[in-house]
Amino acid sequence: MNKPTRGSLLGIEHLETKEIQSLLSLARRMNPQKALPLLRGKRVVLLFYESSTRTRTSFEFAAKSLGAMTTLVQSSGSSIEKGESVIDTGYTLRAVGADCIVMRHPSAGVPHLMASHLDIPIINAGDGMHEHPSQALLDAVTILKHKRSLKGLQATIIGDIFHSRVARSACHLLTRFGVKMTLCGPPEFVPDVAATLVPGLRVTRHIEDALRGTDVIMLLRVQKERLAGQRIKLQDYIARYQMTAPRLKLAKRDAIVMHPGPIIRGLELTAEVADGPQSVIVDEVHNGVPTRMAILARALGKAK
Amino acid sequence: MLNAKSQKKENGSLLIKGGHLIDPAAKVNAPMDVLLRDGRVAEIAPPNKIRGAADEKFDARGLIVAPGFIDLHVHLREPGQSYKETIASGTAAAAAGGFTSVCTMPNTAPVVDTAEWVSWLRNPERGAVVNVFPIAAATRGSKGGTLTDFAAMQRAGAVAVTDDGKPILDDDVMRMALRLGAELNFPVVQHAEDTRMTENCSMHAGPTSFRLGLRAMPAAAEGEIVDRDVTLAQQIRESRLHVAHLSTSDALKSVRRGKRAKARVTCEVTPHHFALIDENVGEYNTNFKMNPPLRSATDLEAILVALADGTVDAIATDHAPHAVHEKQVEFERAAFGITGLETALALAITKLHREHRIPLTRVVELFTAGPARVFDLPHRGSLAKGDFADVTIFDPKKRWTFEAAKSRSLSHNTPFDGWQFTGKVAATIVDGKIVYQAE
Repeated sequence: MNKPTRGSLLGIEHLETKEIQSLLSLARRMNPQKALPLLRGKRVVLLFYESSTRTRTSFEFAAKSLGAMTTLVQSSGSSIEKGESVIDTGYTLRAVGADCIVMRHPSAGVPHLMASHLDIPIINAGDGMHEHPSQALLDAVTILKHKRSLKGLQATIIGDIFHSRVARSACHLLTRFGVKMTLCGPPEFVPDVAATLVPGLRVTRHIEDALRGTDVIMLLRVQKERLAGQRIKLQDYIARYQMTAPRLKLAKRDAIVMHPGPIIRGLELTAEVADGPQSVIVDEVHNGVPTRMAILARALGKAK
Repeated sequence: MLNAKSQKKENGSLLIKGGHLIDPAAKVNAPMDVLLRDGRVAEIAPPNKIRGAADEKFDARGLIVAPGFIDLHVHLREPGQSYKETIASGTAAAAAGGFTSVCTMPNTAPVVDTAEWVSWLRNPERGAVVNVFPIAAATRGSKGGTLTDFAAMQRAGAVAVTDDGKPILDDDVMRMALRLGAELNFPVVQHAEDTRMTENCSMHAGPTSFRLGLRAMPAAAEGEIVDRDVTLAQQIRESRLHVAHLSTSDALKSVRRGKRAKARVTCEVTPHHFALIDENVGEYNTNFKMNPPLRSATDLEAILVALADGTVDAIATDHAPHAVHEKQVEFERAAFGITGLETALALAITKLHREHRIPLTRVVELFTAGPARVFDLPHRGSLAKGDFADVTIFDPKKRWTFEAAKSRSLSHNTPFDGWQFTGKVAATIVDGKIVYQAE
């Protein structure tokens, strides 16, 4: 097993702080409309074993804005359907001429597996319940557009943290920069062990407690089938954890509401909150392209 | 076959000279010479006091001489999965690890659930270089439903029954297995895992599994089955329960309860469960994936206490070879299991004896008298006059580095590649003949 190729982005956890800082500042300088062709002639493969709208299209636009060629490989309609192993798919894409693979996979750790066998940068676009580093970076970019700095902020993540790669990456990134973080939800979604992820995490079952004095509220999608699997009644969940306008008033006056999408109106949040003045949900999607441009430029371009 | 056997009897004599004998069964821990003749121990005497003559001599100066090691739990993959291991390659690895007897698990393809398959495993044509004692399936196809013909398989040479790889989950089936086992004085070996709690899980539930985003097995999945089984063993007179690869603190509590109540309950622990914990999985290293999984540091502490105080009866490797293509895949899809025959003694000496100060006599007991008692292997696990001439000779101070690539096993799925150890096998003697000798 070899070390990942320089420029790979497998997760936030093991990324050096100064690398995160340089990615964030590069992301804030990137402009999809006026981009330099840093990746001209490069071939970027988008290897998606799982469905995606935001992440896939924004990586594709990011690569193309920088002058790269892209191709999409999905599990259906490729050799993956015929039983080709992940590593063999990687070798094949490398042989075809891929300079970088952006991959999403339903199983945790697969980008690490790929990176230990290939000599090209691997970008993790979400692996199982593990990490979603580009989402954490674009969320940090979004927060920094509304807040002067990360240090000293209070952030709360509400919802199904157990199943969420977004939550894990956000915890790693934000606590690194001095954000005080609270995780909120029922024990089935926020087990006590969640507090061990990084030092200083706080777990609470009460949304009022979680919201008081917070600067950043991050909501997560709640899947109805997971509620059913954990025998949680939908109405009970909504009653206890839905983000509503009255509850939003408990947070700081200038608190922002974030959500990695897709949002389910009427479940984890009301339409009033989603469309309200404190919501930056659309902003996050917008910041996805420049953030992913920065990630690709770091992986392949000269701007390192 | 008969011919081969009678020829085997006339295999001459071997004098093991100058060594230090540790035979926990006979409470011997002293310099002794050992004379083996015609497949049996002929004489044991203080240095230079052996009266009988020998055709061959083995110089054991500076070495520990012990009864041949017995491994209660190996997967040699035949019949059906010879791309992972064969009886020939697996027993060669066993010999290199100092084991003179191995008990093979029945989860092969097909499952060893008939007397015919038990005999097939014992056939000399398989090319075993150490003794092979088959453990047969407890239920047909190890499907957990209908009991197999225990008596016929026992007559064919099986030493116990199990559905290893899977648990015997159903209360009634387990009760019937223990009852039938009690009638035949036949141990039932349980792979204790409540699979209703472990579906799609690939490691132990704790901070590491949460960090890695992996679905994980709670310790209770083992504890609750062991608790039920010990209760059944207490209820069913003369039944014999053996808990395979015990890995949790809670399961140890149940075993202690059974032993205090004088139930015939025994258990084994693997080297990896006393040497590694869940954190060692690192960034999805599939050579650290096995079932039961590596547990918490607290579980490991409890296991060390139980190894020292006698609660644990045997160290067993759960040697589980897999091909590269079964391990170099998604962590969640990777096969469970690691090889272990060639690193067991080195881990026991390095970790148990040197690091945790467990006496060498106790370590040897866990490889010899302990396992021999668990499955009633007469005249094995001890070196009294008349016992089988199975001997393990090792250097408890030798420092060496294990290289997976040099393993005798067909598979190299070990987490211990490149580990530096203290304690190495010098020679392995089966039936009076040297089957392995270190360079």
